[in-house]
Amino acid sequence: MISRHDFEADASGMNILSYLFKSSLGRKYIMAASGLALFAFVIGHLLGNLQIFLAPEVINRYAQFLKDNIELVWGARIGLLGCIALHIWTAISLSADNKAARPVAYADATPPAASMASRTMLMSGLIVFFFILYHLLHFTVQVEWVNGVEKTFHSLKTADGHHDVYSMVVIGFRQPLVALCYVIAVGLLCLHLSHGVGASFQSLGLKNKAWGPVIDTASKVVSFLIFVGYASIPLAVLTGIVGDSVAR
Amino acid sequence: MNLTLKVWRQKGAADPGHFETFQPKGIVEDMSFLEMLDVVNEELIEAGKEPIAFDHDCREGICGTCSLVINGKPHGGQKATTACQLHMRKFGKWDTITIEPWRAKAFPVVKDLVVDRSAFDRIIQKGGFVSVGTGGAPDANCLPISKEVSDEAMDAAQCIGCGACVAACKNASAMLFVSAKVSHMNLLPQGKPEADRRVKNMVRQMDEEGFGACTVTGSCEAVCPKEISLNFITKMNRDYGCAILKG
Amino acid sequence: MKLDANIPSGPLAQKWEKHKFDLKLVNPANKRKFKVIVVGSGLAGSSAAATLAELGYNVKCFCYQDSPRRAHSIAAQGGINAAKNYQNDGDSVHRLFYDTIKGGDFRAREANVHRLAEVSGSIIDQCVAQGVPFAREYGGLLDNRSFGGAQVSRTFYARGQTGQQLLLGAYSALSRQIGLGKVEMYPRTEMLDVVMVKGHAKGIITRNMQTGKIERHAGDAVIMATGGYGNVFYLSTNAVGCNVTATFRAHKRGAAFANPCYTQIHPTCIPVSGDHQSKLTLMSESLRNDGRVWVPKNKADCGKAAHQISESDRDYYLERKYPSFGNLAPRDIASRAAKEVCDEGRGVGPGGLGVYLDFADAIQRLGEDMIRERYGNLFDMYERITGESAYKQPMRIFPAVHYTMGGLWVDYNLMSSMPGLFVLGEANFSDHGANRLGASALMQGLADGYFVIPYTIAHYFASEEKNCPSTDHPAFDEAEANVRGIVETLLKANGKRTVRSFHREVGKLVWENCGMARSKKSLSEALKRIPELRAEFWENVNVPGSGDDMNQALEYAGRVADYMEFAELLCTDALKREESCGGHFRVEHQFTDKDPEVKNGYTNEGEAKRNDDKFAYVAAWEYTGPNKKWKLHKEPLKYEEVKMSTRSYK
Ligand SMILES: Cc1cc2nc3c(=O)[nH]c(=O)nc-3n(C[C@H](O)[C@H](O)[C@H](O)COP(=O)(O)OP(=O)(O)OC[C@H]3O[C@@H](n4cnc5c(N)ncnc54)[C@H](O)[C@@H]3O)c2cc1C
Ligand code: HEM
Ligand code: FES
Repeated sequence: MISRHDFEADASGMNILSYLFKSSLGRKYIMAASGLALFAFVIGHLLGNLQIFLAPEVINRYAQFLKDNIELVWGARIGLLGCIALHIWTAISLSADNKAARPVAYADATPPAASMASRTMLMSGLIVFFFILYHLLHFTVQVEWVNGVEKTFHSLKTADGHHDVYSMVVIGFRQPLVALCYVIAVGLLCLHLSHGVGASFQSLGLKNKAWGPVIDTASKVVSFLIFVGYASIPLAVLTGIVGDSVAR
Repeated sequence: MNLTLKVWRQKGAADPGHFETFQPKGIVEDMSFLEMLDVVNEELIEAGKEPIAFDHDCREGICGTCSLVINGKPHGGQKATTACQLHMRKFGKWDTITIEPWRAKAFPVVKDLVVDRSAFDRIIQKGGFVSVGTGGAPDANCLPISKEVSDEAMDAAQCIGCGACVAACKNASAMLFVSAKVSHMNLLPQGKPEADRRVKNMVRQMDEEGFGACTVTGSCEAVCPKEISLNFITKMNRDYGCAILKG
Repeated sequence: MKLDANIPSGPLAQKWEKHKFDLKLVNPANKRKFKVIVVGSGLAGSSAAATLAELGYNVKCFCYQDSPRRAHSIAAQGGINAAKNYQNDGDSVHRLFYDTIKGGDFRAREANVHRLAEVSGSIIDQCVAQGVPFAREYGGLLDNRSFGGAQVSRTFYARGQTGQQLLLGAYSALSRQIGLGKVEMYPRTEMLDVVMVKGHAKGIITRNMQTGKIERHAGDAVIMATGGYGNVFYLSTNAVGCNVTATFRAHKRGAAFANPCYTQIHPTCIPVSGDHQSKLTLMSESLRNDGRVWVPKNKADCGKAAHQISESDRDYYLERKYPSFGNLAPRDIASRAAKEVCDEGRGVGPGGLGVYLDFADAIQRLGEDMIRERYGNLFDMYERITGESAYKQPMRIFPAVHYTMGGLWVDYNLMSSMPGLFVLGEANFSDHGANRLGASALMQGLADGYFVIPYTIAHYFASEEKNCPSTDHPAFDEAEANVRGIVETLLKANGKRTVRSFHREVGKLVWENCGMARSKKSLSEALKRIPELRAEFWENVNVPGSGDDMNQALEYAGRVADYMEFAELLCTDALKREESCGGHFRVEHQFTDKDPEVKNGYTNEGEAKRNDDKFAYVAAWEYTGPNKKWKLHKEPLKYEEVKMSTRSYK
């Protein structure tokens, strides 16, 4: 980690990168920008996934479309990985500084007026991170031993021989434990975002008296919708609303 | 009143410190919180013990010297009120009250409830001023400033520098203080020529002092006795961003 | 001791201009060779330290608070005067000068006051350039209000926090110099003695309040801007740490103390609620613009709630006695009138020590919202302290000690009778005579620091041979031994009584006998009691802890030790001044129905009666030794420009 203490003697001698990576505000910009990028992805990803509520062919065609444009997908993946790396690095480096800034705790350590979401950003973020790893292993890499069913998802094929994403999701979410994991994780993501999105506008200085409250409320509403959207998929599968066509 | 006080006692920066319990007599509801501590101290002195050291001066909520965390809340949690203006009638007759110092790495404890806040002064020394010497100023009315701007600058300038924002923040962040100081100057035309340097240098000093970063929890705004708004933090984030982009 | 006020010759309005030219200068390259010690970081101290550092001098600045920004100037609410005449309402340098002289009951020096009025405009310019956010009108220009009974609107203000904003301005200038390395700042450091070398002030002895370390500092000159001594009364609107120690210890080393009996009592403070009270809180004078002051006509009604007392049973005594000024009568007059009605047994609230300040009429006339907008923060403060809402029932107010016009004697150059020791701000006696006008203290502190001392100190440096001593000089040994002696004696006393109990007792004694009304009898009584109490203090005070770390009881004990002596000087001066003027009211000297001024309706019975033939002088007291009588030196006050007249606010 780059130390905060090795600024050059005169601030004017610093270049933009050292400002960004060393100062607390700079690292907050990185965190906010990467967070917002991830947030945008989360929305896009959700819109893609919600196609599950349409006919199986729709989502399978979407999956195939992504496969056919693998260069673009890899571009996005690298971008997202970069964002996650930056986001996690700043999160950990700032959190370490923050911890160090209060070496002796109060008798009652609950800070006044701070919302639960704001107090638990690192926790919710880390859990979401491990969930993302799991999610990648589960549906992207399709490792057999994490999916809780007796077969590998690689074997699921549509009539025309492409990968059957629809069936994979349905079979995957028929495992109540897995579904529960997903619901909890998107719940935590919602908590993370309900504070994070508004905060990132604050961190980037993109708020003012008029827009501030609107942004804060919108960030809560959108986060909640994200939760509803993502959670609806495993719940719909579990309750049988989605997946009739897939054999039990 | 029959209060039980749990007060933080610490001989100096090197001492780990501990809580001591008191059950003072003769506390009445009309007393201010500090007057209540005066009574405790009188009792202690009469018993030949060392009184509790705590910082205070004006006792009217403007100098920013008093600095007590009362039941986990800097200044005790009454809206827009410093500890010196808090009165005992706000407490129950049989309450147990915990009293601690501001806790932050950048504010080392000097003794008991007294901390060293010179970090704030060092931040100001890096840019919390307009570089004008005495004597060369033009007539005051040469520079019309819109009332809105002037009022907003005043909102920021009201900060009493007590450090409750740092004490309240889970990260011990000084962003509310620094942003109020930066905004006061950067909003006004007099402060514009140095706006970029100011924000860069003050933020750097803030970091070097060992304050944490902002997680936008809003604790600082909630306890600020002058109700300084989080909007100034936004503004400083913007000013800093623009300043580093300009190079 | 010879007192020479060094007032320049020539017509009043040209004295300062001429003097500035006559004063010697220090070559810019030589300035860095001089070291200046500035004790105090209030408006006067900060502005002086910053300005001198800007000029190139090497400055050390000291304050007892943990940051220079917390000096008690921070608490001033109302505003700062300046003869800008922005309102086109007839103000001028001359009018501000005249109002200040008259307000001071013709006991101030003309030349000093005129200079103050002359530089007042530059202060505002300077502060605006620093970024002080004074109130503005929609057009973007500065707003003014009329304050403290002035007939013109010349007061600049920043909400109810003018002192704060001005101090933050001066503090920002000071901080800049600290950052540049031109000022070395020593917070949490108290000055405990002045060091004299060959008859000149050349250093100070301090105690680091954090480590207990006693230290020596040498300089080419010493500036003291340590504020007022109102806390000798125990209860005042001053900060708890305000003290007379710095000025009194300089006094003991040879600086004359002038007019200690001139103390200002502010009429609108929140009354005392009990023995536990540690300080009094000022409610801005602006409240009197809309509030009406009254007490019940009959003693019998005093116990009733305000709303139970009918209109016809109320005595709006200020409106009755001073029809043209009404509720806006000057401070000393309004305070005394409150005391009178309380003495008659018509006071309200605990102990009968309070009068009503009633907003019912104003609320009816303007609506509660308007009142909230104007005074909301004051009403909130009142409610926090008293638990009562002033929207529903009248406020209770009572006078409290607020400002001290007396202080170390200084000449026109602000140098005390001890060469090399300059005194600025409330710590000196110079500009307010026997009574200070509202919004003039801030003006004076900044005038002294920004615009007077830079010129006059250069003259001192240029006139004297440069000789900043080393701190090994025997004079430092002696002064340090003195300070150590005091500290050790206090720690060793090991008595039974707390410092606070002594402070409370001496304060009460002075308040009752030398407060709003003074008489030969009360003063003689106090002068008998004070030495007894002082003796008891040194024998029976209990100061726990050691001198080697932070010890607030020890700091306090040192201050109270000085009050114990200073109280005697205060009463001595009050006894000697057998007249009433401004803040000094001797009950033996008031207008009666036999006086022509009362007969012809110019003034009222019971008003202060000056004696210009005998007392038109500055009383400068010389210290002659422990438990010895002070020696009085008189500096006659000559009025060239204005004619002394009886102050009338009828
Ligand atoms: C509540 C209140 C309201 C007021 N409102 C107004 C107003 O509206 N308009 C107006 O014009 N005036 C007002 N005044 C008066 C005015 O504020 C003061 O007279 C003025 O600010 C004094 O400034 P100063 O620099 O002389 O002293 P202070 O600001 O008192 O500064 C004294 C400095 O000396 C230091 N010091 C003191 N003793 C020692 C020591 N022993 N060792 C080291 N350092 C020491 C202190 O640390 C401090 O830095 C008000 C006063 C009060 C109390
Ligand atoms: C889909 C994934 C994620 C998204 C969309 C996301 C989004 C955000 C956003 C928008 C912010 C606000 C930035 C700011 O305060 O300026 C934020 C803050 C934060 N994120 Fe994430 N985040 C994600 C994953 C993670 C992960 C994996 C971690 C774990 C290390 C994490 C840890 C944090 C922390 C600790 C903060 C707050 C830090 C602070 O302000 O002090 N986030 N996140
Ligand atoms: S003591 Fe001054 S703000 Fe509390």
